[in-house]
Amino acid sequence: MNREWTPRIVAFVCNWCTYAAADLAGTSRMQQPDSVRIVRLMCSGRADPQFVLEAIANGADGVIVAGCHPPSDCHYQEGNYRAFRRFMLLRRVLESMGVEKERFRLEWISASEARKWVEVVRSMTEDLKRLGPLRRDEEGIKVE
Amino acid sequence: MNKLKVAWYWCASCGGCEESFVDLSEELVEFFESADLVFCPVATDFKKEDVERLPDASVDVALINGGIRLSEHEEMVKLLRRKSKIVVAYGTCSSWGGIPGLSNLYNKEEILRAKYLDPPSINNPTHAVPAERTRLTKLGANLELPAFLDSLLPLNAVIDVDYYIPGCPPTPEVFKNALKALISEKLPPKGSIIGASDKSLCDECPLNSTKPEKILLKELKRPHETIADAKKCLLTQGLLCLGPVTRGGCGALCIKAAMQCTGCFGPLDGIADYGGKAISFIGTIMDYSPAEEEELERAYSKIKDWVGVVYKYTLPASKLGGRVRREKTKRQEEAEIDE
Ligand code: SF4
Ligand code: SF4
Ligand code: SF4
Repeated sequence: MNREWTPRIVAFVCNWCTYAAADLAGTSRMQQPDSVRIVRLMCSGRADPQFVLEAIANGADGVIVAGCHPPSDCHYQEGNYRAFRRFMLLRRVLESMGVEKERFRLEWISASEARKWVEVVRSMTEDLKRLGPLRRDEEGIKVE
Repeated sequence: MNKLKVAWYWCASCGGCEESFVDLSEELVEFFESADLVFCPVATDFKKEDVERLPDASVDVALINGGIRLSEHEEMVKLLRRKSKIVVAYGTCSSWGGIPGLSNLYNKEEILRAKYLDPPSINNPTHAVPAERTRLTKLGANLELPAFLDSLLPLNAVIDVDYYIPGCPPTPEVFKNALKALISEKLPPKGSIIGASDKSLCDECPLNSTKPEKILLKELKRPHETIADAKKCLLTQGLLCLGPVTRGGCGALCIKAAMQCTGCFGPLDGIADYGGKAISFIGTIMDYSPAEEEELERAYSKIKDWVGVVYKYTLPASKLGGRVRREKTKRQEEAEIDE
């Protein structure tokens, strides 16, 4: 148990902006924590709150939903608007259910903002390290 | 024709589901022409031993309503599972946890404290809280009670369930449809929701023709803040009607009383988490852009208890099941009262 605990973050990102940014961060060999698992969606508007709940139920310590900058970067015009309205509400519900607000982030990251992507992952990882694992020893969800 | 052997058991229930059985009224006569009640603690004096004596798989249908909250419920439904060919979760509590399932936002200790120690209306000088065994010292007697479980569970978290009848409570119409399905030649596939519709409540709502293609709202209204026009889609009037994400089958009962649907018939097929789906739907109707974060926050803060809105009937069956990290508490096994 000497190894430092690394939080697990699941990121639902849109294909056109944030995925491209994360990809660019990788190909430009920017230093970043290995805490993120990326799920690529066509649009942040496709990120269903049910996905976030599923990720948390399966052991994620934090979740990111990220897409193109509003108002006009979205490939599908208003997908990011819907994401914004949904996840502002999901955040409230999660907080009432004991999921601290630092554990969920909605971000706008364009294809060229590799640095912003890295910064989001890094600061969220720090926040989660401070908070510790979301689930401790409840049945069904084992955190190693 | 052999009569159907039916058992009816109640777990953590408000009494509404049992009442809905009586609401079959004249058709109860028909019911008893084709069925015998072999076990039904709400109406007849059967004991657990009577069920134990039945041969395994000798009951045709067990209808079970209410959520699982006590060790007694757990024991009884396991017993009934063994004795029955078909087990049906009757009503929303049994299917998804129902309104009492909102108690999963708290742990056992918090619930017992709120109910037995803190309420201003209770005089409890010995600080008595129900325990599995209580020694009544003055009487020299022991009192035994079932254990209070850590959380409220839907029936399928404890036993295998064949069918679900939704509703809080199911309407007589829904119950009749479900009975028809249960005695038909070809049973519906296991796990089906029976008696209700496959479509959304919005689909069968009499106000549907007044519902525009696209609805965008600046403000959500709580029912006491407005006198609703009963002839116009309630959602367009700012009342958060969950009809679009709720299973139909009730005949739009609430809407006919100018009250928005709060979702008691539960999710449509293919929805894994009702609350998640409801949030997704609400996101499509709020008329705010990402530049208006504060305004949207203000609109959302109009509603004080969002969990109670989006998970009013389904919290225990949701992905998270309730408050994450409800520390498990010790079983309240022993207590002593000197009275
Ligand atoms: S489903 Fe509704 S009517 Fe039936 S027991 Fe639960 S709260 Fe009562
Ligand atoms: S009142 Fe509710 S159920 Fe009826 S049409 Fe409007 S949204 Fe649909
Ligand atoms: S309108 Fe909605 S809340 Fe009312 S009975 Fe029907 S499903 Fe239940």
